[in-house]
This record gives sequence, C-alpha cells and structure tokens, in this order.
Amino acid sequence: MTVLRVENLRVEFGGSPVVDGISFEVQRGECLALVGESGSGKSVTARTLVGLTGEGSRVGADELTFAGQDLTRLRERDWRGIRGGRIGFVLQDALVSLDPLRKVGKEIAEVLAAHTRLSGTERRDRVVELLAAVGVPEPELRARQLPHELSGGLRQRALIATAIAAEPELIIADEPTTALDVTIQAQVIGLLAGLKNQDRSLLIISHDLAVVARLADRVAVMKDGRIVEHGPTHRVLARPEHEYTRQLLAAIPAEHTKGTRLSGSTGSAGLAGSAGGSTPPVRRAAGDVVVRAEGIGKSFRGPDGKDRAAVQEVSFSLRAAETVGIVGESGSGKTTTARITLGLTEPDSGSVEVHGQGWAGLGSAARRALRRDIQVVYQDTLAAFDPRYTVAKVLGEALEVSGVPRKRRRERAVELLELVGLGVQHLERRPLQLSGGQRQRVAIARALAPEPAVIVCDEPVSALDVSVQAQVLDLLEDVQRETGVAYLFISHDLGVIYHACDRVLVMKDGRVVEEGTVEKVFRTPEHPYTQELIAAIPKLTAA
Amino acid sequence: MRNKILRLVGGRLIAGVGVLWGAATLTFLVLYFTPGDQAQAIVGGENAAPTPEVIAQVTAEYGLDQPWYAQYLSHLGRILHGDLGTSYRLHTPVTQAIGEQAGATLELALAAAVVGLTLSTVVALATAKRRRWIRGIASGSELVIASTPSFWLGILLLTVFSFGLRLFPATGSHGLQSLVLPALALALPIAGVLGHVLREALEEVLDEPFIVSARTRGLADLTVRLRHALRHALVPLITMTGYWVGALLGGAVITETLFTRQGIGRLLLSAVNAKDLPVVLGVVLLSAGIYVLLNLVVDLLYLVIDPRLRDAPATARPAVGGAS
Repeated sequence: MTVLRVENLRVEFGGSPVVDGISFEVQRGECLALVGESGSGKSVTARTLVGLTGEGSRVGADELTFAGQDLTRLRERDWRGIRGGRIGFVLQDALVSLDPLRKVGKEIAEVLAAHTRLSGTERRDRVVELLAAVGVPEPELRARQLPHELSGGLRQRALIATAIAAEPELIIADEPTTALDVTIQAQVIGLLAGLKNQDRSLLIISHDLAVVARLADRVAVMKDGRIVEHGPTHRVLARPEHEYTRQLLAAIPAEHTKGTRLSGSTGSAGLAGSAGGSTPPVRRAAGDVVVRAEGIGKSFRGPDGKDRAAVQEVSFSLRAAETVGIVGESGSGKTTTARITLGLTEPDSGSVEVHGQGWAGLGSAARRALRRDIQVVYQDTLAAFDPRYTVAKVLGEALEVSGVPRKRRRERAVELLELVGLGVQHLERRPLQLSGGQRQRVAIARALAPEPAVIVCDEPVSALDVSVQAQVLDLLEDVQRETGVAYLFISHDLGVIYHACDRVLVMKDGRVVEEGTVEKVFRTPEHPYTQELIAAIPKLTAA
Repeated sequence: MRNKILRLVGGRLIAGVGVLWGAATLTFLVLYFTPGDQAQAIVGGENAAPTPEVIAQVTAEYGLDQPWYAQYLSHLGRILHGDLGTSYRLHTPVTQAIGEQAGATLELALAAAVVGLTLSTVVALATAKRRRWIRGIASGSELVIASTPSFWLGILLLTVFSFGLRLFPATGSHGLQSLVLPALALALPIAGVLGHVLREALEEVLDEPFIVSARTRGLADLTVRLRHALRHALVPLITMTGYWVGALLGGAVITETLFTRQGIGRLLLSAVNAKDLPVVLGVVLLSAGIYVLLNLVVDLLYLVIDPRLRDAPATARPAVGGAS
C-alpha cells in the first residue's frame, strides 16, 4: 500500500526553484532515503510534506497525497491533525530541536495531548513507556530533566519519542544521526530500523550514504533540487549509474581510499606549478620530532563541585611530515589534548614541547614566538573569522604577526591562497561571500602563514559536505607533501582518520586506550572500546 | 541549586548594602557641603529669625560642631536606625513624609506595570512574524506612542476621557477611577518600547529549530507562541521592566503633577523647590533601595525562566537577545 506519493513536486523561494520537479513514493513498512549535499533541496522537501516549507515559499505538485489524502488542499486546521498525529517528524540535532526550557517529558506529553484522548495521568505513564521504548534508561528520571541535562544520544531518542508518540503511519527523519558519535549513531539507526519492522513507513533525509545504507530499502539521490538517481539501496551503492552518485561514493573517506585522492582532481591548482616561485615553501625534513607530549593530565571542576579528569596520562610524539590522529567520542578529551598541545590550556601534570621548547614557564613574548610554530584549524569555519574582515586582511594579519614586511604581505597572501587552491580573486571576499569549503581553505592558508612546523586540525572537515570534505582532505595531503608540515588531526570520524592519518591515538574518558599505525589499529584493534568503535562504523553495504 | 540561589541572594544583598552605603555617603556629602548654615536651615530656613540660643541648641543637638568623621558616623547611624532626618519644610520626620506618599506611588507604578506588560505582550504575541503590513502597523504605532512624551499623552487622555467623555476624574488619588488615566499615561509609552523589544525577541525565537519541531507535533500557532516562544523572549522583557518599574517607584513626577495625584514624585518636586534637602535625600535613598531590590527580583526571575542558569556559574546573566 502506498502511504505517500509525490509527483513532480516543485518548491520555489522568491522565484528561484529549490526543489525542481521530483517524484517518489513510500510504501507501507518501507524506508526511503533522500540523500544529497547541502542545498540539494532534501530538507525543504521533507518540510513541504508536513506543510512547513517556510516563509516566502511557493509549492506546486501534480500529486501530493498521504494515505489517499490530497495534501495540497489542506487548510492549517487539517494540517494539525496530520502533523505529529499521522506523520511524525524528527529534526536534526535534538539539542536545538527540543525546547531547552521545557522538561523532556512535557515535550512528549504535548504530542499526546494534541492527538490522543489520554488523561493527564495516563499521558505521564505513556511518556515513561515511550522513553523506555526508545531505549532511554531510567525513563521516570529522564522525563523530568531538561534537554541539556541529557547526553546527545538520549536527547535524540527523546526527540524520536516525540515523533512516534501518537503512533503515526509515516515518520520523516531529517538528518537523525548527524550530530551523534558513531556508537550512538549505530544505536539510533537500530532504533529507527525497529520502527520500520513495526510496519511503519520511514523517510530518511541524510547527507551520509553510509548511514542510510543500513536503513533504507530504496535511495533517491538529490542534486540541485532534482533526483538524479533512484533505486534499491544495494543497487545504487553497488552499481551507481549517475556520475554524481559515483562521485559521492568515491568521496567517502574509508579504509580502501587510503593513499588515493578523494575529490577526483589531481593536485590543487596552486601546487601544480607554484606561480609565485620566489619563496618556495619551507620543506621540513621528515623524521624530526616536532611535538612531544609527556604524560599530560588536566581536571576541570564540574557543576557538582567535584573535579573531573578530562585528560589523564596522555603521551605522544609527532614528527615532521607526519599525521597523527586522535579519535574518540564527545567528552573523551580530544579537544582538551589539542588545547594543551597548543599551549592554550595549562596542564595539571606533564608537559608539551614544541621543537624541544616546553610551554611551561615561558614569558608571553616567548610564548607568542613559539605559537608561530604550531597553528590550528577549527571545525566551524564561520566562527573562525571576523565576519567584517576580507581574506586579504585575515591573511595580512597572520603575516604581520609572522614578521613579514608590509610590502611583501600581499604577494605572500596570494602565494598562500594559491597553495590552498584559491587565487587572487578571493582576496577581497569576506567570510560570508565564501562557501564552507573555501572558508576552510582560507583557514588553512592562515595557519600556513607563519610557516609552522605543526598544524592542529580540530575536526577540520566535520561541518563540510562529503565532496567538499574530500577536497579539503586532499588539500591537506598536498600541503603536507609540499611543506613537510605535521598534523595533529582530531576527528570523531573513523573513516576520515583512517584515510588521513599515519598513526592514531584512540581516546576514551580522557585516556589513550590504544595507539599505533592506522592499519594496525583498524585491522587488529586490541582494546574492546576500539573494537566497538570500528564495529559501529556505518558500512557502504545495503542492510 | 538551593545553594546557588542563596549565594545569588547573598551576593546581591551584599552588593545592595554597598549601593545603599554609597547613597548614604553621597547624601552626607551633599548636606555637609551645602552652602549656608545647616542649623539655620533646620530651624526654618532663611526666613526664620531664631535666637542665637536656639541655633546653639540645634548645633549641639545635631552634632554640627563635631569633626566631619564624627558627623559622618552619626549620619550613618541615624540612617541605620531608620531616621532620615526631619523635613525642613513639613517639620515631620522624612520617613513619615515619604511613608504617607509611598502608597499612592506604589499603586500607580504597579497599575502602570500591569497595563504596560499586558498590552505589550498581547500586541507582540499577536504580531510577531506576521505579514509585513501587520508588523508595519504594530511597530509604527509603537514608535509613535513610545516617542510621545507622557505629559502630552496625559493631556490628550485628560482632554478626551475626562473633559470630553467625562468617563474618569481629572484629578485626585482616591479609588480605581482616578488611577486609570495616569496609569495609562505612564504605561503606553513604555508599552511601545517593551512591545518592540518583545516582538524582536519573539521573532528570533520563532526561527529556532525547536519551534519548527513543536509545529511538526501538530500544535496550533497560538500554542506554539504561548507555550514555547514566549518564555524565551521574556528575558529581555523583564530586564527592561525591572529598570522601568524602579524608575517609576522613584517618583513619576510629571504624571503625578499633571493629574494632581499624591505621590513620591510630587513630594520630591516640592522638596526640591523648597530646598528641603532631607526629603530629597530620603527619596534618593529610597530609590537606591528599590533598585537593589528590583535587581534581585529580576535576577531571581531569570532563574525561574531559564532553569539552565541554575547550573551555570554564579556570575552568568542571560544574553539579552533582541534588545536593540
């Protein structure tokens, strides 16, 4: 039985089409995945299906029916019965999708109040049942807590509980696992798969082909508002017909992509024939130790007044032209380790040396000088820049701090841009006039300005689409080959780590539980936690 | 959490004592350095012709012949005992003079606060994120009302509702009837400002993902606004309301004069005119005390509105979003 049928759906915002004539249907007990990168129109499609396309939109369709009902003719009152009652909707990132000022239980009870005849007490009981059903431990306690008091995984489960509370026939999930750690991601996927087995229909929106591979019966790949490929999951993943699907699949970093290029291009523009030429980038000899961390530890005082160890007994060394990954889930101490390495956080114990020079006891001038040797690239490319600065000013400032004389700065800025595959035409742009990938390239260029020995990359590709991520990972590799810079590469994504790193430290609860070459750690993981992590990696094979 | 609240209350009270001490010191400096003889002022001002014996007696009684630090200490001591001095003009204790007028001002300030808050909340809830022309009309009228001086608004209200329609009395401070026009004259301009602030805050909140999430549960628009959006938008509203009510309790001079009402404002006005310093300084101390108290109330309300702040470090205050 067809639950949802969409025929030639078009959505415009201010006259420009965002969804450009797509058609699909969802059968009862079936899971369809809409896959695409940002701007492909997948989320707009999902919202249109519950009548919440947004301000200034125009929706048209030859057919838009849900359980035999024409959705294009619904009035606002009619929509209320459908939303939450017959179509459940799970938004991305429960931290912002649950009202931060309301108790989790109230959010779920709200759905029951709107769509069932249960009394207040019955609703309270049902809330606890629902939380238990989505695998939330201690549901009575959790129902009384606020979203920020729950972990990311529990929040996402609570959000799913709001979507299934009124037992809807169709559940739409927009990026249901995006902000989650890989083991939590696996649990949430398992939960959604369980719903499918209860004969409910699922429409999953995702940018991640690997995630939907475990869940979806069919996949529709969207690009620029159109569906470019549509078919059974195993066929699309195993024998993609459209060029774009092939690109998407090839761009996913994983074990088998190691040592290959992800983006399909051959070297970035600037590297092919370094145009500036006048000052060839410093090439550092491989093999010298540039960073050595010895038994570092750091505790923070929690809200309960007790000290909690964020990092304990972490030691590593990083050599020139080497990439060492730190992998772990949120709260494992990755970022604190990075901050201590950068000299931004004072460790309680242990020491970090950059080029044999420790941070401890340095005066502020010496500290600044040492900082030139160790730079950083962050995840959030928008927060990393002053929105009013042009690229020229961003790089100019970095070059000024590095002691480059004023009249050489522009020339050097262009060289840096070319090194990261941008050009002189980007000098006068401001952060908002650049795409996410371009911004991350500028961030890398800025990090390279003082010719550092090390760049700490803190989740540098986590906010990027897979094809852009591929380009940035390729770029980092090119830059390393060219300059011999070492990377301390922090990521929660094991595929990215495997692809990009030589060695890896696996962190859990502030400790390094396993370390070694990526091949050894990934193929023969010894610690149970590493085994669990690797088992949880979404695989590109159909469910 | 209880500890946190106690710490906050304790901290604010200590800071409040500091503020009051500062105000008391200021009042002392004003009295001490006022040109003219203080004893002369105490016995009746420039026009009185007391005998030298009387002056000598007053000087001894008030310790005016003591060194400044002794005078300062006894000044603070008197304030601690609730003695704010005697009005030069009324010849009654300042506390009594203020006490007689405080009721009417409190009545007026609270009535204006209730009217202003209700009006701004209703208008903002009804117009936030609506069609362009609806928001245009709302924010246009808010701008006009907010930029109208309250005395002018008062005169308009008097002309229409009192002299014209004869619905409400023009003067006096007895009964609900006499409260309506002055409360409106005070409330309308501030309702314009509050409404504007609240609508901006609401429009910011209504774009949040959790609002979309609430809509996908099938909630009606009004429910979404009342249950989910309003609470988030309240923070800038109560911040502003706190300051505003504080200012009102310190005396709504113009409105009280215009409507010939009793109140702190008129007391202050006549005290200033008569150079009745003890009364002026008493009102200064009262205002300082009210601000300390209201700040504490506003801080506690933040914790009620946003439970996340209860876990945050004690110094954190919520961001005042949308208050531009």
